[in-house]
Amino acid sequence: MSDCSAASKISVRGLRKSFGRKRVLNGVDIDCDSAESLVIIGGSGTGKSVLVKCIVGLLRPEAGSIRIDGVETVGLGRGARERLVQKFGMLFQGSALFDSLRVWENVAFGLIQGRAMERQAAKEIALAKLEAVGLGPEVGNLWPAELSGGMQKRVALARAIATEPEILFFDEPTTGLDPIMADVINELIVKCVREAGTTAVSITHDLVSARKIADRIAMLHQGRIIWQGPTPDVDHSDNPYVEQFIHGRAEGPIKMEVRAM
Amino acid sequence: MVRFLAAIGAVFLGFLAATGRLAMFAGLALATAFTPPYYLRAILREMINVGYFSLPVVGLTAIFTGMVLALQSYTGFSRFAAEGAVATVVVLSVTRELGPVITGLMVAGRVGAAMAAEIGTMRVTDQIDALTTLSTDPLRYLVLPRLLAGLITLPMLVLVADIIGVFGGYLVGVYRLGFNPEAYLNRTHQYLETNDVVSGLVKAAVFGFIVALMGCYHGYHSRGGAQGVGQATTYAVVSASVLILVFNYLITAAFFGR
Repeated sequence: MSDCSAASKISVRGLRKSFGRKRVLNGVDIDCDSAESLVIIGGSGTGKSVLVKCIVGLLRPEAGSIRIDGVETVGLGRGARERLVQKFGMLFQGSALFDSLRVWENVAFGLIQGRAMERQAAKEIALAKLEAVGLGPEVGNLWPAELSGGMQKRVALARAIATEPEILFFDEPTTGLDPIMADVINELIVKCVREAGTTAVSITHDLVSARKIADRIAMLHQGRIIWQGPTPDVDHSDNPYVEQFIHGRAEGPIKMEVRAM
Repeated sequence: MVRFLAAIGAVFLGFLAATGRLAMFAGLALATAFTPPYYLRAILREMINVGYFSLPVVGLTAIFTGMVLALQSYTGFSRFAAEGAVATVVVLSVTRELGPVITGLMVAGRVGAAMAAEIGTMRVTDQIDALTTLSTDPLRYLVLPRLLAGLITLPMLVLVADIIGVFGGYLVGVYRLGFNPEAYLNRTHQYLETNDVVSGLVKAAVFGFIVALMGCYHGYHSRGGAQGVGQATTYAVVSASVLILVFNYLITAAFFGR
């Protein structure tokens, strides 16, 4: 593990989080450099979402350290936490669009409510961001419920990048989409991240997506990072867990818990 | 025996913990009222939703409550020749008790349930987490406007319910029971004191706060998809209704008890 954590954009050390008696994260160590795209892979229920929610501050870890730009963020007060969150943008698995607001109001939400921008100015930015994800201005006046799943994902992506955050989090960006729409989303993520030089942390179990958007891949298993390396290395990792996962074999060191927990 | 006592203790401790969580939730939400930003648009929207759109249902229940009250008190009082007290009984019952309680219960069913379902759905579809990542405090944006709307609009609704309820009693008294209209109105005024109406309005503010708090609290803490949201809605309505009746007694005792 590198000890130059001061230079990392995100640096997580010894992170632990349990729900009741079930320990989900059991000492996670991971770094992400500035402008790097890190993808965390792992099976369902291995705690990928929990890890990202801890970093964003939606969940409070029991132990460990999360440094962002070298500043400890675990246990931050309300005000400091609010300032920190301004650096973040997040794309949720189910898009999480506000269904009481129109599409453009969704995209402009972070600008209007979070940054107190004028509605008209925010609307112009929102329409520009919608165009960046390939949606015309006529979509702006629709309601989220009128859109298909793929379009909702694109709107959610536009909302995440609207405030031009320093760090973007993608929670299962391609889950539930057909392969072509998944590739569209992947292309958009790559474009958004590269163009703006944004740091990106994604979690997925879709390896096609991971290969496309990652500079570096890390694998989470049983609450720990068990392997990490540059994207091409994932095919010759010499790690039986990673091998089993990327080839999708039922047989191997990873035992699926079939019984109910 | 020890196990029996332990069970009682566990229930009591659970009750205290729940009360504490609720108080924390309400405190944190109300604390956001003292610092900017203020979401006036959201507050206005909730006030219209809670107040204006509840008018038909509150008006309907109020008029029938006043009507049945006149009818019942007449049949009761005529047994000892006290029919003259009907107008007074109607106005006191409506302003002190039935106006606020019936309005509170109706709003709990209409608005409290809707709040729990809406916020609960936002919780299980990650919309509340999304608010946080967009630098917006969900307590400030979702909960505070609803609490304020309940607190402010319920007294207004109850004032309307009082007037309509008394009018319902008047209709039955004059057109069904044959009272002289002028005499009925005089009787209505004669024994009514400011405190009767004010206590009802204080109750209304408390009930409005309870309804909104229960709706928001149970919605905010719902989990587990559609079933969880349904459960939150049930809890919101049931707990608000029970608390309304409990606080109704406590406030009555505070105003009129000796």
